[in-house]
This record gives sequence, structure tokens and C-alpha cells, in this order.
Amino acid sequence: MGLFSSILKLSRRRSPWVYVLNAGSCNGCDIEIGSLLSPRYDMEQIGALRQGSPKHADILLITGPLTLRSADAVRSIYAQIPEPKAVVAVGSCPATGNVFAGSPTVEDGVLHVVPVDVFVPGCPPRPQAILAGVQEAAHLLAEGKTGRWHKEKHHE
Amino acid sequence: MSNGLIQGLAAYFLWPGLLAGALLGWLYLWLSRALIARMQRRFGPPFYQPFFDFVKLLGKRSMVPAGTAPLLYYGLPLAAVISITLALAVMPLPGGLNASFTGDLILVLYLMEMPAFCDILAGFASRSIYGQVGSSREAALILGYSLPFIAAVSALAIQADSFRMVDVLALPFGPVHVLAAAAFILAVPARLKSNPFSIPNAEQEIVAGPHVEYNGPALALFELAHGLEFVAVGALFSVLFIPRLPSAGLNLVLYLAAGLLLVLITSVLAAATARLQIHRAFRFYWTWGALAALGCVVLAALL
Ligand code: SF4
Repeated sequence: MGLFSSILKLSRRRSPWVYVLNAGSCNGCDIEIGSLLSPRYDMEQIGALRQGSPKHADILLITGPLTLRSADAVRSIYAQIPEPKAVVAVGSCPATGNVFAGSPTVEDGVLHVVPVDVFVPGCPPRPQAILAGVQEAAHLLAEGKTGRWHKEKHHE
Repeated sequence: MSNGLIQGLAAYFLWPGLLAGALLGWLYLWLSRALIARMQRRFGPPFYQPFFDFVKLLGKRSMVPAGTAPLLYYGLPLAAVISITLALAVMPLPGGLNASFTGDLILVLYLMEMPAFCDILAGFASRSIYGQVGSSREAALILGYSLPFIAAVSALAIQADSFRMVDVLALPFGPVHVLAAAAFILAVPARLKSNPFSIPNAEQEIVAGPHVEYNGPALALFELAHGLEFVAVGALFSVLFIPRLPSAGLNLVLYLAAGLLLVLITSVLAAATARLQIHRAFRFYWTWGALAALGCVVLAALL
């Protein structure tokens, strides 16, 4: 049992499959994620694959400031990813709302909606930073330390 | 009697069945991914990648989609793995079981078709619209590639005048072999659902095809079945087209070389082409595939 769980831990670290979800992003971050597939950054080197179905994924990459309309989609997609799972918030938008902060049409921050494990700041972040974020999330998956940063939205 | 049972179990679970098949399948899957990556000037995944993917999927909590019977959900990938392994165990490979019987070639053809049928059923059972689209595409594709594939096998069976694999193996090498091998190779990329014919599982386009609702251990089994399918196609190729030498070691090398050759061909093709539409793929197989099929069967009947 000990052997299998250590192999499992290694496998979780070495095989992070990602699902990219655009929650109202300006597409800047999505373009930078797209370049992870290019020869220059080659995400497959760390075993990462971009999956079309959330059910195949381990890591959810969220871009954009979470518009009110997309919040339910984010919740639903997050629920469809089988455990264990991690969330990486790409860009300044999901972290703080960025230039959209204070708008009546966006949630203020992704943490109100789903637990986030890694924040990658930048507008947009460089592809290396996103790749490092994916790897960090994979480490957290291996250690079983995902889903720690979460605060419920306080309705007044 | 019990000796035979032990031999049978060894052929099924060790060589050339489950264990050896899984290891070889992972090797082929890695090689194909790495080759495609190199051709795109990327580094590609590390050597152990398919194994890590498999173990990781095994360790995920699985969710059975609403409206799908769990028996069907877990039974289909299991049936795919069991039958493709049986196909490998029955084939007269070097170091394998030498249990030959009349019609074993037909049995192997049926068993090798099982993973595709399980895929189709899985797509419909998952009740996802994407799964259903993927399944119907896969069903149409089977009708396409089966033509040259079955014709290649039949041509050799006509020549050998028997559906026993040992008789086909004993055939002297001739012109029918060349034509039949061409027809066989024509069918391989669609069988393995690699790029110009990656129509059923069309990633991103229809999400993930028949496997869209599959996750965790059940998806791991489907991936394993895919790797085993790679191995089984290579094994059948070596049984049908590669002449046997007196030395067992050399035969083993040839068996592996046949698989590697098919991996090379499909990877180069996959890296060089884009996905076809289903009707174009169908037309391709019912013109060029049909010509190759007709050619090898007629030649076999005449000679
Ligand atoms: S962080 Fe910047 S680049 Fe990314 S979605 Fe927001 S505004 Fe666009």
C-alpha cells in the first residue's frame, strides 16, 4: 500500500491535465495559455495536457474577472472535475477584479465562488509564470494540500 | 491438463498478454507522443508519461454520470481490456501460446473489434450529446476502415486456404503479401484513431467524443485498452506479413520492429495532417481502401 501511494503521489505531480475556463476574460490571458502548447513553452514536458472535458482534468485554469453570468458555470465546471483537483487563477482579474473591480456585473474575486490554490498575477501573466503555477498546483495535488484558500461570500 | 491451464494463464496475464501488452502499449503511446512533439520542434513528454497518466487516473475519485447504470459504466472499459488482451494471448507470437485452432483468425478479428464497440456503447450510454456524436462518427468510421482491413486478412486466408493463423504464418512470401500489407496499413490510422482520422474522439471539437463523461479508473481502463490496441494491431501485422525465421530471438525482434514501424507511420501521418470530416474519411476508405481491398482479394483468388 505504501508503495502504491508513493507512486500515486509521483503520478499526480507528473501528470497534471488542465481545463481552461474563460470567466469573462479579455482573452489576453487565454492567448498566453494558448502559447503554453507552442514549441517555446511546451507544457507537455511536465506531463500537462489540455483537456476538452472537465471530467478528465485535474487542474482548472480560470481566467477573467468572473462575471455574474459566468459564476454558475464556474461552480458547475468545478463540481464536474473529479477529486483530487486544484484551481489556478490566471491573471490579475480573478484575484482582484483588476480593471473591472467595483463593476456591478462582476463578482469581487474568484474566492467567493470556488477555492483557489494558486494565484498567478499579471495582466496578462507571462507564459512561464502560468507554467510555474500549473507545476505548483501539481505539487499541491501530490501533497494533498488543495482547496485551502476559500472564504464564503458574506451577504449583508 | 493443469499444465495447459498454467500456460494459458501465463499467456493471458504475462507474455504476450496483459503485462507485456500494457508495457509495450505505454512504450508505443509514449513514442508516438514524443515523435509528434519532436516533429513539432517540442520536447514532448518524459518516458514514463503514459504510466503516470494511468496511475493518476486510477487514483481519482470516479463519478458515474446521472442516468447511466454503474454496471455499464465500469463494464464497458473492462470488457474492452479483457477482449483485446485475449486477442493478444491467442495470437501465435514468439514465446506465446501455441494453441492453434480452426478459425482463430476470425476470433482475433472479432476480439480486436471489441474496444471500438465498447467505445460506441460508452458514448451512447453516457447520455452526453457529445458522446453520442462521437459514437455515431466512430460507427461510421468502422464501416470505412473495415473494408481494407478485413480484405487484407481475407486475401491471405484465401491464399492459405484456411482461417488458421499458423497456416497464414506458414505462407511463402509473395505479391499478395505486398498488396495486403498496403491495404492493412491504410486501415491502421483510422483503427488507432490517430490524426487525419481522429474523428470520433475529436478533441476540443466535440469535447472528447465517446469518453466525454468517463473519468477516473474507468477512463484509465479505456486508455489502457487503447495502448493494448496499438500492440494488438502491431502483433497482427507481424503475424500476417512478417516471415518467421528459425531463431526465436530474431522473431521477437521482428515482432517489436513491426509495432515500432506502425507507430512511426501513424505518428508521421498524425503530425503532418489535420483532421478530416467524417464524410471525406468515409469516401477515402470507400475509394482507395476499396481499390486496395479489391486488388488484394482478386490477386489472392487468381494466384
Ligand atoms: S488579467 Fe488582464 S489580460 Fe488577463 S483577463 Fe484580466 S484584463 Fe485580460
